[in-house]
Amino acid sequence: MLHRREFVKQLLVERGDLLVICGLGSPTYDVAAASDDGSNFYLWGAMGSASMVGLGLALARPDRRVAVFTGDGEMLMGLGSLATIGVKQPSNLAIVVLDNQHYGETGMQPSHTHSGISLVDVALGCCFKRARSFGKAEETPLAREMLYSRPGPLFIHAHVGAQELEQVLPERDGVILVHNFTERLRAFGKQS
Amino acid sequence: MNLAERSALDWPDVIYSNFRRAGIRQVGYVPDAGLSRLIQLCQSDPEIADVVLTTEEEGIGLVAGAALGGQRSAMLMQSSGVGNCVNMFSLVKQCRLPCLIFVTMRGEYAEFNPWQVPMGSITDACLRLCGFLVYRIEKAEDVADVVAAACDISFDSNHSVAIILSQRLIGRKRWNN
Repeated sequence: MLHRREFVKQLLVERGDLLVICGLGSPTYDVAAASDDGSNFYLWGAMGSASMVGLGLALARPDRRVAVFTGDGEMLMGLGSLATIGVKQPSNLAIVVLDNQHYGETGMQPSHTHSGISLVDVALGCCFKRARSFGKAEETPLAREMLYSRPGPLFIHAHVGAQELEQVLPERDGVILVHNFTERLRAFGKQS
Repeated sequence: MNLAERSALDWPDVIYSNFRRAGIRQVGYVPDAGLSRLIQLCQSDPEIADVVLTTEEEGIGLVAGAALGGQRSAMLMQSSGVGNCVNMFSLVKQCRLPCLIFVTMRGEYAEFNPWQVPMGSITDACLRLCGFLVYRIEKAEDVADVVAAACDISFDSNHSVAIILSQRLIGRKRWNN
């Protein structure tokens, strides 16, 4: 079992120009705790849309790697989007699911993955180039190598503990988040 | 074929030419018979990424992601799909992103299938409740003007805009009964 905050921190340390879309709930706090910069876009609602926001961004910016960080509950609400991503085959898109097998925001009710539903099997069935689970801290470098070096679409599934951690709260206003993200993207564009 | 009949057949081409003019680069859709010509035009354009969706709500995420990446996009759906999107519309409203959707109507003029009527009869009101500016098109000769204006206000004002293509414009669906 991985410690979710440590795993996310290890994936996002020295992230280069990686763009991050973050699904609602605990992944938001993990991503904000690891690296709260303008290249993160946090969804505080629209549950089930994170992967598709990632696809739209990946198609718009083929020059950049895009990672979606989300939880098992959010991913389960948008399973069809894995099929949609499978059709488009974006080589610059990775979906990272932090799976604690519970709905953490609403009282820790068990989610479908708690009953053995396999998100990795779904991703493989949806023609992701690579999909695998990680459950041990020593495997984190492998996950990192996959995220930054392999052609996508990638599906990184992390077995994480169900402990509740401190909520690290980033910006919530959608207009400000869009502004920060697009300004940061523009600034990067000028550098290159 | 008289001029009115010709323009009735050409409305998908008129919409597509507006996609080109507005610089739309991504088009998400759930297929509908009334949209088939427009979908084909988008698919055959190498500068447009056509994204077939499993459900319409995916398209709202796609539109938001495209906007974050600096691209313009549009969504095509049947009226039944509007109901699928209701919560997702909060994404484009909260973030004040442009969201241009084209809705082909079912459940109104000469509808054969009664199951289409409940959603069809509330599509317009539903879109307005969700914060959309709604432009309904009944006649083929209005397509060019209205679509051009809708593209402009959506992308220039960062607003959600829905163009409703009425069942009368699209034509009756043929049933073998």
